[in-house]
Amino acid sequence: MEISENWLREWVDPPVDSDTLISQLTMAGLEVEGWRRAAPVLDGVVVGAVVTVEKHPDADKLNVCQVDDGNEQVAVVCGAKNVRAGLKVAFARVGAELPGIRIKKAKLRGVESFGMICSASELQLAETSDGILELPADAPAGTSIVDYLSLDDRIIEIDLTPNRGDCLSIAGVAREVSAINRVPLVRDEVSTVPDSISQSFSVSLEASEHCPRYVGRVIRGIDPQALTPLWMQEKLRRCGLRPISPVVDITNYVMMELGQPMHGFDFDKLSGGICVRLAEPGEKLALLDQSEVECFADTLLIADHKGAVALAGIMGGLDSSVQADTRNIFLEAAHFSAIKLAGKARRFGMHTDASHRFERGVDAQLPPIAIQRASELLIEIAGGEAGPLIDSVDDSRMPVSPQVTLRFAQVKRLLGIDVERDEISSILQRLNMQVSENDDGWQVVPPSYRFDINIEADLIEEIGRLIGYNNIPGTREASHVRMDSFSERRIGVNQIRDIMVEQGYYEAITYSFVSPELQEILDPGQATLPLANPISTDMSVMRTRLLPGLLQALRHNLNRQQPRVRLFETGLCFVPADDGLQQTPHIAGVITGSRLPEGLYSQAAGQVDFFDIKGDLEAILRSSDLAAFGFQPSHDLVLHPGQSADVSLNGKAIGFVGGLHPSVLKKLGINQPVFVFEIELSPIRDKSLPKFSEMSRFPSIRRDIALLVDAELPVQRLLDQIYSIKNQILQEVFVFDVYTGKEVRNNRKSVALGLILQDFSRTLVDEDVENLVTKILAQLEEHCNAVLRES
Amino acid sequence: MSEDLNNLLEQASRLVNEAADVAALDAVRVAYLGKKGELTAQLKSLGRLPAEERPAAGQAINKAKSQVQEWIEARMSTLADAAISSRLQSETVDVTLPGRGRVAGGLHPVTLTMNRIDTMFGKLGFDVAQGPEVEDDFHNFEALNIPEEHPARAMHDTFYFDDGRLLRTHTSPVQIRVMENQEPPLRVIAPGRVYRCDSDLTHTPMFHQVEGLLVDVDVSFSVLKGTLEEFLKLFFEDDNLKTRFRPSYFPFTEPSMEVDISCVMCAGEGCRVCSHTGWLEVLGCGMVHPELFRHTGVDGEKYTGYAFGMGVERLAMLRYGVNDLRLFFDNDLRFLQQFT
Repeated sequence: MEISENWLREWVDPPVDSDTLISQLTMAGLEVEGWRRAAPVLDGVVVGAVVTVEKHPDADKLNVCQVDDGNEQVAVVCGAKNVRAGLKVAFARVGAELPGIRIKKAKLRGVESFGMICSASELQLAETSDGILELPADAPAGTSIVDYLSLDDRIIEIDLTPNRGDCLSIAGVAREVSAINRVPLVRDEVSTVPDSISQSFSVSLEASEHCPRYVGRVIRGIDPQALTPLWMQEKLRRCGLRPISPVVDITNYVMMELGQPMHGFDFDKLSGGICVRLAEPGEKLALLDQSEVECFADTLLIADHKGAVALAGIMGGLDSSVQADTRNIFLEAAHFSAIKLAGKARRFGMHTDASHRFERGVDAQLPPIAIQRASELLIEIAGGEAGPLIDSVDDSRMPVSPQVTLRFAQVKRLLGIDVERDEISSILQRLNMQVSENDDGWQVVPPSYRFDINIEADLIEEIGRLIGYNNIPGTREASHVRMDSFSERRIGVNQIRDIMVEQGYYEAITYSFVSPELQEILDPGQATLPLANPISTDMSVMRTRLLPGLLQALRHNLNRQQPRVRLFETGLCFVPADDGLQQTPHIAGVITGSRLPEGLYSQAAGQVDFFDIKGDLEAILRSSDLAAFGFQPSHDLVLHPGQSADVSLNGKAIGFVGGLHPSVLKKLGINQPVFVFEIELSPIRDKSLPKFSEMSRFPSIRRDIALLVDAELPVQRLLDQIYSIKNQILQEVFVFDVYTGKEVRNNRKSVALGLILQDFSRTLVDEDVENLVTKILAQLEEHCNAVLRES
Repeated sequence: MSEDLNNLLEQASRLVNEAADVAALDAVRVAYLGKKGELTAQLKSLGRLPAEERPAAGQAINKAKSQVQEWIEARMSTLADAAISSRLQSETVDVTLPGRGRVAGGLHPVTLTMNRIDTMFGKLGFDVAQGPEVEDDFHNFEALNIPEEHPARAMHDTFYFDDGRLLRTHTSPVQIRVMENQEPPLRVIAPGRVYRCDSDLTHTPMFHQVEGLLVDVDVSFSVLKGTLEEFLKLFFEDDNLKTRFRPSYFPFTEPSMEVDISCVMCAGEGCRVCSHTGWLEVLGCGMVHPELFRHTGVDGEKYTGYAFGMGVERLAMLRYGVNDLRLFFDNDLRFLQQFT
C-alpha cells in the first residue's frame, strides 16, 4: 500500500521528521518497503493566470498568451487546446527546472516566448495528459506550485502483514502513529450529512452470515459535468489510485482515508431494492472491468430485484455502473465477513482493493461513517441531495469484540522482561483497547477494527511491539543442555558426503521434480507422482530416482567444455506404492571422462570405467560393512547389460551400479560413456560397533595360486567357495590378477588368488599350507570347474 | 733400493690419482698391494739383502705400503662421493610439477551453509530433525494455524498433488511433527528442501530453509533474541554485526518478528543489495503460538517455546557473495569448484 505522508500528517502530526516517521512505522510492524518523492524538483514553477489569449500570427495550432506570474506579465506561446483567458495554470518561468527540461527564452515561429505553461505529465503528476493542467480559479498567482499542491511530500510504500488489515487506510496508519508517539489524532470525527430528501431504497440481508450489515444512501441530482478537484486527484495519485470520475474517486478516497471499500451505483439502473444473497448456480454477471464471471454456489452477490448488480466485496457490475450522464447515485458501504469472503476473489482470478481489505477484515462499525463521509464529499464536489441513511443490520451476525484476559505474570513469561503495570495499561489504552484492571491483570476488549487480537499472546505482542523489540535486551538461556546420545552404529549422512568429496565428487542439488520424458528414460515403466500445478512440464513429476537430475547436470557441464564430470546428490525420491507414497532418501553418483583431472597424469590414468564407479561406491559401503553387500549382474534397462550390477543387502535390492546403456546415452544426447550408481541411503548407514580380536604373534605365509576357470564364472564364486571351507589358518583371500588372452583358450580365463595363512598358536609348516591348498583346489575343481594353471 | 721404492711410490701416487672409477682404483691396488704386487714383491725380495739392512728396508717398504693404502682409501672416498652426487644429479626432478593423486571435490554451498547452521545450534544441544517433503495439508497449514482460505496461504504459492497433498512450503511442519512425537523439553533444528510455485530472477521453485524450535519451561522472547543475535554474529563472523527485530506476522508464532542484519555488503551504509536501507532481512521468528501447543498436546501453561526459520540460499548468497539465486541449481562445476 502506498500512502502520502502529507495526508497522513493531516490526521496525526507527531514532532518527528520523515525519516524517523518511516523508521517508526517499520519498527512497529508496518514495514516500509521504500519511499519516493511525490513530485520532482520543480524550481521556478508557479501558479500563473492567463490574462489574454491570441492566435499566433504564423501558426494555426499555437496561441500567444499573456500570463501573469505574480510578479509580471509575460508573453508565452502555448499549443494546448484548453488554454483560455482567465485560466489558472502551472507556469514555468524562464530559468525553471523541470524533469529533463530547462526553460529558456525561446522564439516560436517568430514570436518570443518567456516561459512554459505545463501539463500534468510535464510536472510528472500524471503519466499522460491531454492539454495543460487547469488549476482552481482561486489559486493565487505567484505561489510556487510545490507549495500550492503540497508537492513536498513523500509517497511511502508500506508492506502490511495479513493480520493488519486495520492499517489499510490513512486513518489506520494514523492510529498507529498516534499510539507510537503518544500524540492524539488531529482528525477523527466525520461530520454527518443530514438527509434533505426522503428517497430511500429497500435492503434485505438474505445471507447475513456473509453480510451482516449493509448501509446505503440515495443521492439525487448530482452534476454530471462536475470534475474531481485537483487536491483529491493528487491525494489519490499519491496512494496509487488513478482518478476516474467524481463518484468513483470519492468512493476510492473514502476507502483510502477510512479503510471502508465502497461502491456507487447508478440509482436509476437499480430496480426494486437491494438484496444481498448467495448466487444461483451458474448465475452470470458482467463486471466493471468488462469481464464476465460465472458464480459458484457460495458466491455472495449484491442483487436488485432483477438480478445481480455486484460481486459482493470484490467488484461492481457493469450494467449498474455510474456513467458520464448519471445524476442519481446509490452509495453502498457494507460489512462482509472476512472468513466468508476469504479466497473468493482468487477463485475468479481476481484481486481488488476491496477484496484485499475485506479478506483481512474491515471494521463493522465503519459503514455508516463512510457513507456520511462520501455523502459530504459528493455533495461538496458534485452537488445533489441526500436521502436518509439506510442501515440494515443483523445484530446476531455482527462480529463481537472478544474479552481477552491478560495476566500480568504472562507478560514477563513471554517477553522475558519486567514491564510496569502502568505502562501495560497505558500501551493498551493508546491502542484504543477497553481495559479493566484486576488483581491478576486486565480484562481487555480490543477495538472493533482489530480482528487480530483474540488471545493473551496477541496482547503481549502489542506490548512488545510498542515497547519496541529493540528495547528488549537479548539474554542467554538458562542452560538446560543435556548430554546427547549419538550412536556409533549409525553413519551420518555428512560422513557419507565427505567420502564422496574425498573421491573427487562435487555435490549437486537438483530439483525434486523433473520432466516426465527424462524420468521415463531413466526409470522406465515406473509410476510417478505428478504435480497438479507444475511450474512447467519440465518440472512436473516427482523424481523416483536421483539420476534424471544428476544426468541433466552432467549434460549441462559437458555442454560447457567440462569433459570430466563427477557429481553426486543425496535427497528424497518419491515412489507411489500401494500403501501410499514412499519418500526414500537416496544417494547417487555419476562420472564421465578421464580418471584424473586433465594434467600431467591424466593421460596415463585413462578414462573411467565400471571399476571406478564401483570402487567409489565401495568406499561408502566400506564405512558400513562392505562384505555385507552383494553385487549381482543387473537387468536394469537403463544400464549396460555387461557392465552393471544390482547391489543388495541381506538379499534385498537397495540400488545399482554400472555404465549407462548406449541407447540411454543416445536419448540423452551424450557421446561418451557415463557410469552411475544409485542406492538407498538408510540401509548403508548402519554399521556394527568395532570389536577387538587378538592378533597372532606368529608369522604369516602368503601362497599364490593361479586357476583356470570358465570365462563367465564370477570370481566372487571362487572366493565364496574358499570362505566356505572355514579353515582357521586362512586369514585372507584376494584376487590379484585376472587374465584372458592368447595363452588361455577355450573360453577360459586365468584368475590369480593370494592366500594369507597364519595360526594363533604356532609357526606354520609347509605341510599345513599344502594340506589347505590341496583342499581348496579340490573344492574349487568340484564346484567351479577350476584347475590349477600350469606355469 | 730406496730410489726404487721412491719411484714406485711416485708411480703409485700418479696411478691412484688417475684412477677414474672404483674398478681402475682396484687395479692399482692389486698392482701394488696385491699378492703379486710391486710392493709385495719388494717385501719378498728383502731376503736378498744383508741381514743388518733388512729391518730398515722392511720398515721403509711397510711404510710405503701404508702410504699407498691411504692414498687408495682417500681416492676411493672421493670416487664414492662423486658417484653419489652423479646419481643424485641424474635423479633430480622438477619440483614445480604438480603432485600425483586424486583431487578432492566439494560440497554444495547450500550444504556448507546448512552444516554450519546445524553445527552452531548443535553446540546448544539442538538435534537435527527431518520431515517428509510431500506433506499433508494438516501439517503444512492447518496445525500451523493457517486454516483454509487464510490470506497467508495465498502468499505460499503451494504445489499440490491431485489427492490434496502438497509439497511443503516451509520447514515449519517439522515443528508440528516433533511436538506430536516427543515430550518437552524440545530443541530441534530442521534443515531441508521447501517448494513454492514461483520462478523468476529472485525465486526458484525449490529452495532450502532451516527451522529451529525450542520448547522448555522458561523460554522468552528475550532468550530468542539473545540466541539469534549471537548466532548471526557467529555465522557472519562479525562481532560488529547489528541486528534489529521488527514486529511481523506468522500465523504459527505470537508474537512474531522478522530479523534484519546490518548489510554485510556495505556495513549498513546503503547499497544495491540492501536496497539502500542498510538492512537485510535474514530470518523470521517468534514465540510458539498457543494454537500449535493445542494441536500437538503440549501444556502451554507449563511450557513456552520459540521458533525461527531462515532461507539457506539467502544466507549463502550473503556469505559467499553469490549474486544469482539460480546458480545454486545449475550445478555448473565452474560454480561448485569455487566452494572447496
